[in-house]
Amino acid sequence: MLKIASPLLAVAVLAGSASLAAAADQPVIGLITKTDTNPFFVKMKEGATEMAKSKGARLITAAGKQDGDNAAQVTAIENMITAGAKTIMITANDSKAIVPAIQKARAKGVMVIALDSPTDPQDATDALFATDNYKAGILIGEYAKAALGGKPAHIVTLDLFPGHPVGAQRHNGFMKGFGLAAPDAKVNELGKAPEIVCQADSYGDQAKGQTAMENCLQKNPDVNVIYTINEPAAAGAFTALKRAGKEKGVIIVSVDGGCAGIRNVKAGVIQATSQQYPLKMASLGVAAGVDYATKGTKVSGYTDTGVTLIADKAMPGVESKDSKVGESLCWGK
Amino acid sequence: MAAAAPKPEATRPNVGGLQLPAGLSVAVLGPVIALALACVFFATQSDHFLSGANFSLILQQVAVVGVIAIGQTLVILTGGIDLSCGMLMALGGIVMTRFATTLGMPPVLAIGCGIGVTALFGLVNGLLVTRIRLPSFIVTLGTMNIAFAATQLYSGAQTVTDLPPLMTALGDTFSIGSTQFAWGTVAMLALYAVAWFVLRETAAGRHVYAVGNNPEATRLVGIATQRVLLVVYVVAGALYGVASMLSVARTGVGDPNAGQTDNLDAITAVVLGGTSLFGGRGVIVGSLVGALVVGVFRNGLTLMGVSSIYQVLVTGVLVILAVTADQLSRRGAR
Repeated sequence: MLKIASPLLAVAVLAGSASLAAAADQPVIGLITKTDTNPFFVKMKEGATEMAKSKGARLITAAGKQDGDNAAQVTAIENMITAGAKTIMITANDSKAIVPAIQKARAKGVMVIALDSPTDPQDATDALFATDNYKAGILIGEYAKAALGGKPAHIVTLDLFPGHPVGAQRHNGFMKGFGLAAPDAKVNELGKAPEIVCQADSYGDQAKGQTAMENCLQKNPDVNVIYTINEPAAAGAFTALKRAGKEKGVIIVSVDGGCAGIRNVKAGVIQATSQQYPLKMASLGVAAGVDYATKGTKVSGYTDTGVTLIADKAMPGVESKDSKVGESLCWGK
Repeated sequence: MAAAAPKPEATRPNVGGLQLPAGLSVAVLGPVIALALACVFFATQSDHFLSGANFSLILQQVAVVGVIAIGQTLVILTGGIDLSCGMLMALGGIVMTRFATTLGMPPVLAIGCGIGVTALFGLVNGLLVTRIRLPSFIVTLGTMNIAFAATQLYSGAQTVTDLPPLMTALGDTFSIGSTQFAWGTVAMLALYAVAWFVLRETAAGRHVYAVGNNPEATRLVGIATQRVLLVVYVVAGALYGVASMLSVARTGVGDPNAGQTDNLDAITAVVLGGTSLFGGRGVIVGSLVGALVVGVFRNGLTLMGVSSIYQVLVTGVLVILAVTADQLSRRGAR
């Protein structure tokens, strides 16, 4: 098997490098996503592809096999340098472990831009184009507070999993927006408060979110506010409430703004969600890459790619857009 | 290990089946005791733990992994292992939900197609294991990846929603007294009862143990070991399809990201339940107890307000204890 495969592989590699040589004058830009399957990254790739086409750049892409796969991303960085990429955009699976590979790339003159989530330390990359997750949390926290209107709060938080910075930022931002004493945006631990009656990990997964919500309902049946890390977890929470006959009057808030999530806002399953913009992250990145290739100017620092609160029932004092706006900007199907 | 079996086993090929009552008492009692201790602990820690509604809930939560664990137990009893089970469950769920929605197929037929697809994958697993004599670990590693890719490609990585009510009927509940039970729980318990009966009371069931215990001796007494293995993989595949049906009913959607950790979760349940990874020894009901141990910890820790990471920690410790107990009891038996 191996003996047959390796000459084929060699031919493929040669063919690949030949086509690279042919387009040597075109700026080559790499995009490495966490996975190939998540619609969020599919949209990101779409944004990068469109921008690359309009700017006359060549985009090469790679992805980890699953969430957390650092090795595949390191390999992808090395391959992209070999392929002549002068700019590499990456959504790091492991914010710390990827840093040495990024340093090697930068030492060879490659501009590296982190998309969606920062590396640790953040200045390991030239620039960061991402959602402000703390702010995303604040927006839905403010909305939930206003929607609850003075009633005593019994909050459930369905979080990501222990130790993930994005999970902590959204959770703590939500607490701050809700008016609870919350850790600041740099803290990587989930804040606690007496109003939060149950805190459970959903892993951002619908089935696990449902299980977590069911267990929380056993602990405290009169829940009235549910914060969820993302929209699949929110959908799972709603199913659990519905099965228990408790879905009426409960406020579910979330973060993401995928098309499936926006449809759930429209259907009244989710009351409000903070929408983020993967397409914008990637297209900004490609534009920066082209500038670097043609003018030699690098981007630096953090660029907030924006977040919009999507809710169909507007609350006084909380700025939001309705699900129609959300649908026009959403990702996925 | 099985090849070095002492003489009595070689002359009494059914010994795997006959040995059960005496040899497995520790393996069966261990997980039951662990489950009981966990329940007592959580009952003292939370006022909400000891209630019919909460136990019914835990049963619902373990139903999907519980049914997968039946198929996994069958495979492990033959001395194999099945890594593809969770991904097959996800694939079956996507097939049945997409067939019912985009193709507009009647729900029952769509569910049948989903189970058919997972059984077909089971057949492929079985053929590769028996005809080409590949190790089950590698074969199912391959089909796991194929099933994952097929699930993503066919679903476009999108969750399938708006299912006909009949597809989620098993997620509905009925009341006994004041406690609500889900039909999915009933289905899981019924499958365990059937599997228990077949493994314990029928010749086919004893053949499964015999193949795992000593394939060579089993073949020499005239049992078609290859056919037994093939049937086991197909039945396991079909059971994963049934698990898809329960998962779809429970969550109300076809989820392309379902089942990603279910292969290891199911193996954990089987091992915690006292079934030997070397094959030939184990009791099917132990796997249900194993799944319940994990479910009880997840539920109890949430009620206590403790991070779910401790459930992962406890599961790890219990797995080590279970396999150690198995290994020591095997040594004692020799």
